[in-house]
Amino acid sequence: MTAATTLTRGGRSTLARARVGKLIRHAIGVAVFLLVWELASRTGLVEWLPPASTCLARVIGLAFDPEYLADLGSTLLAAVIGLPLAILLAVPVGLLLGTVPVVEEMTRAIVEFLRPIPSVALIPLALFLFQPDINAKVALIVYAASWPILINTLYGVRDVDPLAAETLRSFSFGSAAVVWRVSLPSAAPFIFTGIRLAASITLILAISVEYVVGGAGGIGAFLIQASTALDDSAMVDVIAVLVWSGAIGLIVNTLLLRAERRLFKWRDA
Amino acid sequence: MIKTLVKRLWLVPVALVAWELITRAVDDPFMPRPTVIVARMYEMWFSGPLILTDEAVDNFAPSIIRLVGSWGVAVALGIALGVAIGRTAWLSDYIDPLVEFARAVPPPVMFPVFLVLFTMGTQVQVATIVFGIIWPILLNSIDGARNVDRLQIETATVFGVPASLRLVRIILPAASPKIFAGLRLSVSLALILMIVSELKGATDGIGYLLASASDRSDMPALWGGVVVLGVLGYVLNTLFLMVERRMLTWHRGARRTA
Repeated sequence: MTAATTLTRGGRSTLARARVGKLIRHAIGVAVFLLVWELASRTGLVEWLPPASTCLARVIGLAFDPEYLADLGSTLLAAVIGLPLAILLAVPVGLLLGTVPVVEEMTRAIVEFLRPIPSVALIPLALFLFQPDINAKVALIVYAASWPILINTLYGVRDVDPLAAETLRSFSFGSAAVVWRVSLPSAAPFIFTGIRLAASITLILAISVEYVVGGAGGIGAFLIQASTALDDSAMVDVIAVLVWSGAIGLIVNTLLLRAERRLFKWRDA
Repeated sequence: MIKTLVKRLWLVPVALVAWELITRAVDDPFMPRPTVIVARMYEMWFSGPLILTDEAVDNFAPSIIRLVGSWGVAVALGIALGVAIGRTAWLSDYIDPLVEFARAVPPPVMFPVFLVLFTMGTQVQVATIVFGIIWPILLNSIDGARNVDRLQIETATVFGVPASLRLVRIILPAASPKIFAGLRLSVSLALILMIVSELKGATDGIGYLLASASDRSDMPALWGGVVVLGVLGYVLNTLFLMVERRMLTWHRGARRTA
């Protein structure tokens, strides 16, 4: 930011021009892609592919489709409940494991055994253990989203400047104060990266659970339902939802990335 | 050696015993005892003539073949395309938003696309895995190939090193740390997609075993399936880390001296 403000007027406008040029090339890329898609479909070159215009019309149509909106709400709700719970669970555990090496060494084997279990393998089990289905969905999201947050917190705490911690200790601050004033702030950027990774995992898990449950609503159920249609509408619906979910993923990731840069600007300096 | 092992692993048997005792005390049909799970696993899968039973061979093998095969296809495609795109400087601005978007799509969403396209079975599963995991590989390959030190390439060009040799000796090694970061992500993602694609409408595979155990409310078999998948995940991850360490030793060495 400081570099940009110290630039001369001419320098700034070159920068702006380069940015506009880049945006234009982005737009051209997307336009060419859509055009090729449209042509490939209209000319019958790719028979199964519905035209881009039809799919995009359906993308807009979905925004006014109450059934789809209810399903979308159900998926996002599980993610919005699950992610904060995962943060509340994983950050304290990560801080504990990171600051008390004995505990970390003791539990390392257990962690190393649990971590590689693919979370989707637990879906059928969670459906038995947690009822109704929304609970199973949230439980699995919490489980899966906790890992990247836990691991990143652990790395973040290990990365803490020992001098800062020792300084505080020598001024006879207690270990709780050291964790609160040194470990947590200096691990915060790592933790945030973990949360960003976890956010994309929540969607993967929610949609996977919805596939398996089927009747319980959510984007996953909507997709399975749509894919069983026998006419051409199946592919149009599926692609439209794919565009939606990609857009949601992109927006969430961009927002979190922006927040990360803004919150931890002090770190780069 | 033994002392450190004991020090590291003593909590594992303690946890297993605690699990056994707790499940005995709770006596919940959904939480079978670990001994029951192990007995059921042995009886179902590991009591055959050559250790594995027919059921195990018929379901584990297709899963692993599909997983490894699809991963191989995605790796080959992802690295080839990624390096090509990364080395074509003018292309990046046009293609970036599309690749970024494709990566943001939650991979399981690909599954119904192929459900519509193909009849159920291996085709759907392979396509789901390949298209679900190719994006991290592609993006990292683009990134790695794009940021190769220009001086090295120009030096090689000046000395008349042919393009194919420049690719193998300079570009690929320089991009490999990035590429491996993408590959690591893709391994666990491939396992996830293998299971998701087998849970729904498959006729064989480990995911299918899970689904059918769940239909029969056979809890020990269900837990057993989770254990098998956990072991599979552990083995894949360990193998990958071994290969990565071997392939990237020079990188870490170079970084250390630098």
